[in-house]
Amino acid sequence: MIAVSALARLGARILGLLAALGRFAAFTVHALSHALRPPFHGREIALSLLQIGWLSLPVVGLTAIFTGGALALQIYAGGNRFGAEEVVPQIVAIGMVRELGPVLVGLMIAARVTSSIAAEIATMKVTEQIDALVTLSTDPMKYLVLPRLLAATVSVPLLVAVGDVIGILGGWFVSTQTLGFVSTPYLRNTINFLEPLDIVSSLTKGAAFGVLSALMGCWFGLNSGRGAMGVGRATKSAVVAAAVAILAANMALTEAFFSR
Amino acid sequence: MIELRGLAKSFGANRVLAGIDLDVATGESLVVIGGSGTGKSVLLKCVLGLIEPDAGTIRLDGQDVTHIPRDAFLSRFGMLFQGGALFDSLPVWQNVAFRHLKDRVPRAEARTRAIETLARVGLPARTADLYPAELSGGMQKRAALARAIAADPQVIFFDEPTAGLDPIMAGVINKLIREAVTHLGATAITITHDMTTVRTVADRVGLLHDGLLRWIGPADDLDRSGDPYVEQFIHGRAEGPIAPLR
Ligand SMILES: Nc1ncnc2c1ncn2[C@@H]1O[C@H](COP(=O)(O)OP(=O)(O)O)[C@@H](O)[C@H]1O
Ligand SMILES: [Mg+2]
Repeated sequence: MIAVSALARLGARILGLLAALGRFAAFTVHALSHALRPPFHGREIALSLLQIGWLSLPVVGLTAIFTGGALALQIYAGGNRFGAEEVVPQIVAIGMVRELGPVLVGLMIAARVTSSIAAEIATMKVTEQIDALVTLSTDPMKYLVLPRLLAATVSVPLLVAVGDVIGILGGWFVSTQTLGFVSTPYLRNTINFLEPLDIVSSLTKGAAFGVLSALMGCWFGLNSGRGAMGVGRATKSAVVAAAVAILAANMALTEAFFSR
Repeated sequence: MIELRGLAKSFGANRVLAGIDLDVATGESLVVIGGSGTGKSVLLKCVLGLIEPDAGTIRLDGQDVTHIPRDAFLSRFGMLFQGGALFDSLPVWQNVAFRHLKDRVPRAEARTRAIETLARVGLPARTADLYPAELSGGMQKRAALARAIAADPQVIFFDEPTAGLDPIMAGVINKLIREAVTHLGATAITITHDMTTVRTVADRVGLLHDGLLRWIGPADDLDRSGDPYVEQFIHGRAEGPIAPLR
């Protein structure tokens, strides 16, 4: 009897999750469809680009430079065991561009952007500002969701590119300052080793992670419960969902790009 | 002309509206009173389509609102939310001018008109460039009121317009609502607990209790309604048919 009711509860849970996934998919399609239908809120789009793209540069730069530096140290230490220290520039480049650049930038965006989108939209929901938008004949999907979605889709790949470059420079700095590498050959090795596919995969991941970060923030914000606790929950869930979705998408994209 | 028939809404087990029948004529000012939590705000939100009712019909000028295009429908409405609901990312004037800016009125003109509207609710021009969070609660409420009336709507809903205002400012707002109805011919539904508002603003008064309109009648009959619910409410007695525990 107990086993049956536990099973029933599990079934209900799974059905609930599937239903939520369905609603999220419908929400995604609905949000994207607004990209094709005017009017557009140009000011909102510009503000979102500023918030999501430009103002994320410092945190992206700092994350990348320290990661690139640490990566160089580890590869040197590891390579040392096989007498293969000279591969540092190549492995730093590939590691940053293919994996660490997009993933770490994506996670920082989840922390910085998804949280602020979710908290802002949830607060608007809780304080009836979303209702007010509707009564002023303004579609929240168009006014709130689309600008954030567009801005994240456009700017996160650019942030990833910046992160890749700064990460490589972080590795270059550590390598030339403390590991005894010579600057020009190090950079030449980096550039020669990278292939177009590495860069395409990096930017594609960035775009996908941007979409996921913005969607999660908007979705959990718009579905926030009531009161301050509702806002807190929405923010937490949005960041967790965005981070997990980014890591899962990363694996899927790595598989798609690099396993043959 | 707004007609509600059998409007019902529950949130889970919480039955809030249990079949509301109500007619509000064009150019009429109806005031809805009732204890807090009786569903007054929910009633207005149902009419605006912000909350989907479980049952019942809503007609505007004889047309079922579900058949009217949403933009056309909403452009005739102004709504003052109970909590103000100003957009806190926009300065006050852009809140007030929101509909005008959306309709591509030139910014300078929209701003001038916003400042005029702010003056009507007793807010000085210097508040125009402040953000809502920089205003006191009462000022926010008035800025929200300015936003509700800015585009000269034909139908205006006021959810507790004088809550949190000092008596003088409440008087200004009551007069403003009355003028919107008398001079501009707007239809108004006002929710209030403030008996002064009831007496200045109302053509008719309805008392919402237990999901139903318990009493509705001309404002002049309020003092001789003979209804124990109305008596208790207007005299603010703790004893009576309306339980203080809700
Ligand atoms: N979005 C909502 N979800 C769940 N319950 C709600 C919601 N909005 C209102 N309620 C409930 O409906 C009842 C009436 O609320 P409301 O209309 O705001 O009362 P009031 O008459 O004070 O304006 C309350 O019990 C409230 O908890
Ligand atoms: Mg209310």
